[in-house]
Formats: sequence, C-alpha cells, structure tokens
Amino acid sequence: MNQPAPSFALEIRGLVKHFDQPAVDGLDLRVRTGEFYTLLGPNGAGKTTTLRMVTGLLKPDRGSITVFGIDALADPIRVKRAVAWLSDEPMIYDKLTPMEYLHFVAGLWAVESGLAELRARDLIGWLGLEAHAHDRCEGLSKGTRQKVALTGALVHDPQLIILDEPFTGLDAGSARLVKRVLRERVQAGCSVIMTTHILDVAERMADRIGVMVAGRLLAEGNLEELRQQAGAGHASLEDTFLALVETGAEERTAAA
Amino acid sequence: MSRAGTLFWFAHHEWRLAWRDCLWLRSGRRRSRRRVVLGLIAIVLFLHGFAYLVLYRSADLPRLPDQRMSVMLTGMLALYGSMMLSQAMEAVTRAFYGRGDLDLILSSPVAAWRLFAVRIGAIAVTIAAMSLALAAPFINILAWFSGLRWLAGYGVIVALAMVTVAVAVMLTVGLFRTIGPKYTRLGAQIVAAVIGASFAIGVQLAAILCYGTPSRLAFLQSEAVTRYAPDSGSTLWLLARAILGDMLALVVVFGISAIMFAATVCIFAPRFGQLALATAGVSGNPTRQGACSSGFRRTWPTRSLRAKEWTLLRRDPWLMSQILMQLLYLLPPAFILWRNFREGSGASTLLVPILIIAAGQLAGGLAWLAISGEDAADLIASAPVTNACVLRAKTAAVMGAIAIVFGPFVAALAVVAPICALVAALGVGTAAASATSIQFWFRVQAKRSHFRRRQTSSRIATFSEALSSCSWAGAGGLAAASSWLATIPGLIALAIVTGAWIISPAKNTL
Repeated sequence: MNQPAPSFALEIRGLVKHFDQPAVDGLDLRVRTGEFYTLLGPNGAGKTTTLRMVTGLLKPDRGSITVFGIDALADPIRVKRAVAWLSDEPMIYDKLTPMEYLHFVAGLWAVESGLAELRARDLIGWLGLEAHAHDRCEGLSKGTRQKVALTGALVHDPQLIILDEPFTGLDAGSARLVKRVLRERVQAGCSVIMTTHILDVAERMADRIGVMVAGRLLAEGNLEELRQQAGAGHASLEDTFLALVETGAEERTAAA
Repeated sequence: MSRAGTLFWFAHHEWRLAWRDCLWLRSGRRRSRRRVVLGLIAIVLFLHGFAYLVLYRSADLPRLPDQRMSVMLTGMLALYGSMMLSQAMEAVTRAFYGRGDLDLILSSPVAAWRLFAVRIGAIAVTIAAMSLALAAPFINILAWFSGLRWLAGYGVIVALAMVTVAVAVMLTVGLFRTIGPKYTRLGAQIVAAVIGASFAIGVQLAAILCYGTPSRLAFLQSEAVTRYAPDSGSTLWLLARAILGDMLALVVVFGISAIMFAATVCIFAPRFGQLALATAGVSGNPTRQGACSSGFRRTWPTRSLRAKEWTLLRRDPWLMSQILMQLLYLLPPAFILWRNFREGSGASTLLVPILIIAAGQLAGGLAWLAISGEDAADLIASAPVTNACVLRAKTAAVMGAIAIVFGPFVAALAVVAPICALVAALGVGTAAASATSIQFWFRVQAKRSHFRRRQTSSRIATFSEALSSCSWAGAGGLAAASSWLATIPGLIALAIVTGAWIISPAKNTL
C-alpha cells in the first residue's frame, strides 16, 4: 500500500548557525508539499545559509531539518535524492557541453540512462538550449549557463527544488521561461523554495512568502496576510516588505 | 601617499595586494605563525647543510677561472638562466591573462602603462627572489670557503633575473603577434617548458650518450667539451668572471642587464594594455563537441565522477601541458632505457627513483585538480553520494592517469630488469598514493584555473608531497640495488606522510 505523501516538504525547528556572528538564529519554518515558497530578506538575513543547511552544504550548530519526513541531519543521502539545489552562481563545468553536464548529473543521482536521456532532451528543448546543446559551457553567456544549471537541477526529477536567486543574469525572455518551468513543476506536485530580491517575482509566483531578518522569520503568509502583519497603508509587496524589515530592525535595536 | 596614477602609487598598490595575498595564505592560522618561522629557519639551515655537503671539496677553487671552470660555471648559469626564463615567461603570460583588476584599471582614465611597468618590475623582483632563495646557500657556502668575492653571485643572479624577464616579455609579445591571443597562453606554456627543460635535458642526454651517466657536471667538465671551448680570456666567460668577483665583469654584466630591462619596460609596457584587452574576448568563441559525445550510457556516481575528471583534463590543453611538461624530465630515463635495450648495460636501477619521483609529482598535481580544483563543489556536495564514494572515484581517476603514463615505462623496464620493474611499480603506486592522500588532507576549495596557486595554498602540503616523493624515490633506488638501507628512506617517507596527516586540518574533520 502506498504511504500518503508527507504534508510538509520541509520542516525546520530551532535552526542555529553562527559564523563570526549569528547567521541563522533559532529559525522555525515549514513549507507544504506542492507549495511555491519564497524567502525574502535584506542582504545578510540568513536566507542562503538556511538553504545551504537544508541541502547538506553546511552543518547547523543546533536545530533540526526534516525533508518529506526524513531527518536531513541523520540521513542526508536519502534527503539529497529528493532535493535539487540551484545557486546564483551556475555550478557547471566549462569544458563540458550541456548534454555532457546533464549526463554527469544524471550519473550522480543514478538516474536510469534511457530516462535521463529523455528528460535531458525535454529540458534542453523546454529551455531553448538546442542550439548550445553540444557547445562547451565556457563559451556560453551567463544567462545560458544559468539555464544549463537549471536543467541539471531538474534532470533527476526532484520533489523539492531549492533555488537561490535563480533569476540573476537572466534576460526577460529567459526569466519568463524559467518561471513557467517552475510553475509547471509545482502543478505536477513538486515543492519549490526560492530566495529572490525581485519582489515582483515573489508577488506573482509564490503561494506563500517568508520574510527573514537577522536569521529569524519575521513574517509569513500570502501577500494579503503580510499586508495585515505590516499594518495598514501598504499597497505593494515592496512597501509591505520594507515596512516589515524596518520593524524588524527597530525591534532588534530595542532588544540590543 | 603619492599622487594617484603615478608609478610609485601603482607600486604601493601592487605591494599592498601582494602583502595581503601573503597574509591571506596564513589567515586563520595565527597559532602556526611561530611554526612557519621555525620551519623557514629549518629549511634555510637544511639548504645550507646541503650546499655544504655538495661544495665541501671545493674549498681550494682558483681565484681566476681556468678554462674548465669557466665552462662549468657558465654552463651552470645557463642552466639556471633557462629555468628562470621559463618561470618569467609563465609570470608574464599570467599578467596578460589574469583579469583581476585589469578591467577596472583599463577602463579608468589613468595611464595603464605605469601599472604594467610596475608589474614587469614585480615579476623581475619575484624571479630574482625565487632564484636567490635557491642559489643563496651555495653562494654563502662558497663565500665562506673561498672568500667574500663569491658574494658577487648575488649581483649576477639579479642581473640574470632582469635579462630573463626582458627576454620573456619580448618572447610573449612575439607569440601574441604571431599566433594570436587565443593560443598564446598554451604556446607560452609550451615554449616556457621547452626552454626550461631543453638545456637541462640536452646536456643530460649528451652526458648519457657520451659517458653513460646522467650527470650534467661530468659532461661540462669533460675533455671533449673543454677541447672545443674558447680559452679562458674569451668574453664568453664574462658571467663566470663576474660570479668569481671580477668587479669590472660584474659591472658590465649588471649594466647591460639593467639597460636591457629598462628598454624592455619602456618599449613594451605601453603595449600591454592592448594585449590584455585582446585576451578578454578569448573564451567568447564556443567550442563545439561532436554530437556523439552526448550519448547517455548506463552509469553510476563513481563512474560519472571518474569520467568527468578525465574529460575535463583531456579538454584543457593549458592545464594538461602544465602537468605533462613535468614529464619532459622523463626523457633522459627513457633514453637510458632505450640504451639498455640496445646495449644491455646495467643502468636500470637509475630509472627506478626517477620514475617514482615523477609519479609523485604528477599525482600531486592531478590530485589537486580532482580534489581541490572542483568547479562545481556545491553540485557534488548536494548529490546523494557519500564523501567516501566521491573520494574513491577521484582517487581512482588520479591513479588511472598515473597507470596510463607510467605503465609503459614499467612494462619496458620489466623486460630488461624484472626486479627493478617490480620495485618501480610499487614505488610509483606508493608515491602517487602518498601525494594524493596529502592533497586530500590539505584540500582547499579553489577554481581549476588557479592550479598554479596550489603550491602556495599550503606550503606544508607542498613540502610534504615533495619530500615524501623524494624519500620514496630514495627507498626505491636502494631497493632496486638490493640494499637493506632502503628501509631508512622508506621509514622517513612514512614518517613524513604520518606527520602530514597529524598536522593536517583533515585530522579533526574526518
């Protein structure tokens, strides 16, 4: 009998990470299965550090991370099978072609060769990379490299996609294409967590938005809920976000 | 503080960057600073001790050089100079291709030639400093044995540095003009390696051919060479006279070098800007691979990682040449092997340590690329594979490459001397495994393109790798000669590898 899908794609409790100063400071966060969640916050708020801990790239000092009910700290390999990570700096090899890169990533995730090839061709087609499929990545533009990295993240058909500033360097057409691909993934049941500084993208795409300041989650909800938390008179997400960040900064100063 | 954009201002800027770079290499290791100083003192003492052992029989060197000594000194200086020229060419090429702050400076309204003049000067200072670090112990010991006149050697080395940098700038600009910016980096790499190795290897090959020994000194001091060399009064021996303290010769050598260097800076520094701009668009043209290379085959993580390492290495001719140029030094042993086949002489034991040391060096370079030079470290770390699996795959990639390079040598040796071949195979494997382990213990995440920085990222790793290779080579050489003394360098090598593990950062994390 099939087990029911866990209701949360990601559950974070009391997560703490210190570098020279606290980067993540007792964070609690839940992302539902099949949800598009966007994490906003000023520079240095701890967004990337949090996501790197979820993907196993950083070890937390304290706290727990559960992905689809699996303890990410106790069984990282099982979690990694279900997760894809895409950073703002494309993680690709200059001397490989996009096709070879996808072959390599499929090998890392042990995807069956026939299925991997099919998915690779689909993804290359979806993202309009056919013309560059056999060019070495060293000659590709930054936006095209980012698209290649995205195909790598999707080739093993992850259940949870974590993206850190994925629209950096993408032109308007490519950004629209990437947004469409991500939306389709969410409709197919996949969960997406994304950080961005482009508030318009967050407003249009996210089911829920979390606002992080100084390593903590300050506010969370859809746009309407965030507006209520920020107080009356904020029409756009930009106004709401800035009001929330300002409140967070004032609270921090008062606490200090 | 001087006015912005002047030569002095740029020199101050470069000095500050170099100093911060130096501090960065030691950052986070405040406690080890004393250890670094003590280590440096130990190295200086060791080098002086080594120079003493080499030179202690040379206490009664003549004040004025005879013909034989002139040939030997000039030959050794030519050998040294060719290696300095090789280093200088690499440094000049880096000045063209390393983007760093060039875009900022070239887009500013300051006269960029001043920066390039300072950078050429900095290359000369670096080459002189590096060369003196190796030559100084010998000069000091000779000055102690045979009088202070030998201190003129310092002046000769500085003069050589100026000449070699000037020649390197001219050669590199010449390459730019003839083969274009796309291929100059690789071309300069090959020319530098050939210049560095050709004289050394040429003399060694001649020595093997004439006397059956790889000793360059034996060749330079031979009757055959002195018979055809000009007499001791010839201007060809100006360098030899200068190094022996002939002040007039020293002034002439230094003066000519300084004029040549100054002229090169004046002529070429203003052109560096255009050449540096030309290198900016080098990677713009896409390189197309055959569609057949995209075939998806059944694979698994370790195999994918291994195949990826080999593909990346195969596709980067610059990196490949960086590594494989070390193998130029295998030409003399190959020549010995060939002679053994032909004449049946018993020099096979000589090959064993050479093969072992070359394997250690090659494995160190490959291991750095595979382990530290991982361009998509986050991708590998976020993949569902264990660290042990990644390490196994990368080690297999390194050892596979070592087997491909050294297998034919060992196989050929097995036909002539099976015992030597067995010792060589064991030594090659052990030296390569030691170098790979040291690289793993001291790994620091870096870009593949920063390959040249590997020797400065951890000096302890560099020295441990080199010393363990030398010790394994010593053990292999003695074992091939059936001497029980082989256990001594073998134990030293084990102690070095164990010591490297104990002080490595990996000890606390694994």
